[in-house]
Amino acid sequence: MATPATVAATPVTVQSVPKRRRLRFVANPKAAIGLVLMGIFVLLAIIGPWISPYDPSARSSALVAPPSAAHWLGTTHLGQDVLSQLLSGTRSVVEVGFLAGIVATAIALLVGVTSGYLSGAGAETLSALSNVFLVIPALPLIIIITSILPETTDFAIALVIGLTSWAWGARVLRAQTLSLRGRDYVEAARATGEKTWRIILFEIMPNLTAVIASNFIGTVIFAVTSEITLAFIGVNTSGDNWNWGTILFWAQGQQALGQGAWWWFVPAGLAIALLGTSLALLNFGIDEFVSPRLRSNGKTKVRTVDGHSVRMRVGFTPVLGHSADARPGKPIFGRKDES
Amino acid sequence: MRYFLKRIGFYALTAWAAITINFFIPRLIPGDPVQSLITRSRGQLSTEAVQSLYVLFGLDKTDGLVTQYFKYWGQLFRGDLGVSFTFFPSQVGEVIGQSLPWTLVLVGITTIIGFFIGTALGTLAGWRRGSWIDALIPVTTFLSSIPYFWLGLIAIVLLTGPDSFFPASGGYDTGVVPSWDWDFITSALQHGLLPAITILISSMSGWILSMRNMMVTVASEDYVTVAHAKGLSDARVMVKYAARNALLPNVSGFALSLGFIVGGTLLVEIVFSYPGVGYQLFQAVGTKDYPLMQGIFLIITLSVLLANFIADLAYMLLDPRTRREG
Repeated sequence: MATPATVAATPVTVQSVPKRRRLRFVANPKAAIGLVLMGIFVLLAIIGPWISPYDPSARSSALVAPPSAAHWLGTTHLGQDVLSQLLSGTRSVVEVGFLAGIVATAIALLVGVTSGYLSGAGAETLSALSNVFLVIPALPLIIIITSILPETTDFAIALVIGLTSWAWGARVLRAQTLSLRGRDYVEAARATGEKTWRIILFEIMPNLTAVIASNFIGTVIFAVTSEITLAFIGVNTSGDNWNWGTILFWAQGQQALGQGAWWWFVPAGLAIALLGTSLALLNFGIDEFVSPRLRSNGKTKVRTVDGHSVRMRVGFTPVLGHSADARPGKPIFGRKDES
Repeated sequence: MRYFLKRIGFYALTAWAAITINFFIPRLIPGDPVQSLITRSRGQLSTEAVQSLYVLFGLDKTDGLVTQYFKYWGQLFRGDLGVSFTFFPSQVGEVIGQSLPWTLVLVGITTIIGFFIGTALGTLAGWRRGSWIDALIPVTTFLSSIPYFWLGLIAIVLLTGPDSFFPASGGYDTGVVPSWDWDFITSALQHGLLPAITILISSMSGWILSMRNMMVTVASEDYVTVAHAKGLSDARVMVKYAARNALLPNVSGFALSLGFIVGGTLLVEIVFSYPGVGYQLFQAVGTKDYPLMQGIFLIITLSVLLANFIADLAYMLLDPRTRREG
């Protein structure tokens, strides 16, 4: 990054500006923390099953043992290692989250942009459809569908979640497309005879990137909590397919709370909360990147030269010092008799 | 008026869609769930009940899909949601009727309170950007990232115990009989307090954030600057000028996200073994009680639709533009 002094001395360093711009998203502390946490979870999803010290389903003689050197996060009622279950479970959680996010975002994009850009009965129908799906409570629907499915693999669950949770994104994307459709540059593209698909893909889509990204992240959060909830209430808990919800399911079923076995359910819950927070922080980062006004600025109370304190707000520019043509000693701000 | 009619039409459409989804879901079930139920009931099922179950599950192979669909609607209009497996031989309608008031009170009241507190905090946070309320946002984000049910589990561990004020489970003391007397009401309130706090904490942050962002946007509008320039008091400008307009998207957002909120709050009931619809859904999943599951889904959806309709009426009161004739 160039300091102001060097910019003034050598105009050549202006070239460094694009480089700074590229890193602007990461420069936001919220986005940076979110990205780092997210990276850790993705890494764990990849290497988790390999680095976990035990087989998550393997039993041992240490039943409901508190954390020790052998079992860092203690054991379950069957002597299974909680840390191994947590590490192995990360993959399922991240997989389902991302897969459901991709499915839902793809449908949302298709429905939202189509119903926003095109007009007529078809677009109205699509919009009504997304509103219907929005109002129908998604979680009970997901619970019912998955408990009726004969076989609940991670893939099937991700698909069910993706297919039922696209409506919010479709609505947001439709609104954004509607507002973009009337902009001058789109009108100009249409006037020069650009094809509809080209206008949608190259004129409108690039301006939807931030909305798409934040919508994807929102869906991932929803999918992760839904998957864990499903496992917690007892859908998809059979077999060796571990995820964080399965750990909580067994902890709840075996009265871990009553036994005081905090190590059994606290780590899984914290992992969910951390993953959720990292995604939410990324979303804040995107929001603030797109709309700088949402950033919270550090200092809002400023002292003027004459000792008044002024609260900064939008659309309001306080004068802090004496300007050149003001009478000396006369404060410029905050007096009613100034005209 | 036109807006009003449009909304009514939309709700009719959604109700129809929900019922149709409900019609098709059991047709995905492999095997013959009715046969297993007949076996389990050891011959106590009447022939009519068996026939109604076959219609409900779409196993009535003598009819085509269209005939089945109309028969299904016929059953619904008679209020026949089938027979529950778990609470055999009770009707699903009766079973849900017992639990629905609990959920309506707990979830309804806490959702509304959460909306109001969250909106109020969000108004302040947006108006005084950079003040201490802004520091609340990361905290509430963290809290809202936690699934409702886990927060409930932690609350049970930390706050309940043999000599604690908060009971760990149930909707009222086992010693009192449900009736409208003082003992029962205080006992129900005592049992509802902790689930209510859990729901409040996790549902509030969304409202804080969206209201803050709307306030920040509205605060730079010309009419707000004009109001300041007129010398109106800061509080008056905040509430009557900025917040009033910032509230509109929040109210429509409230209506739309009700489905999400209700889904999440049902889980709190599971953790606290609260005798509401969510806990019943949990029991139904455990015992594969398909008629009860379907009935609960239908009731939840219809309640959410009704709540949406009320939120729409509130929106019409707040925004004069929707009341314009034409």
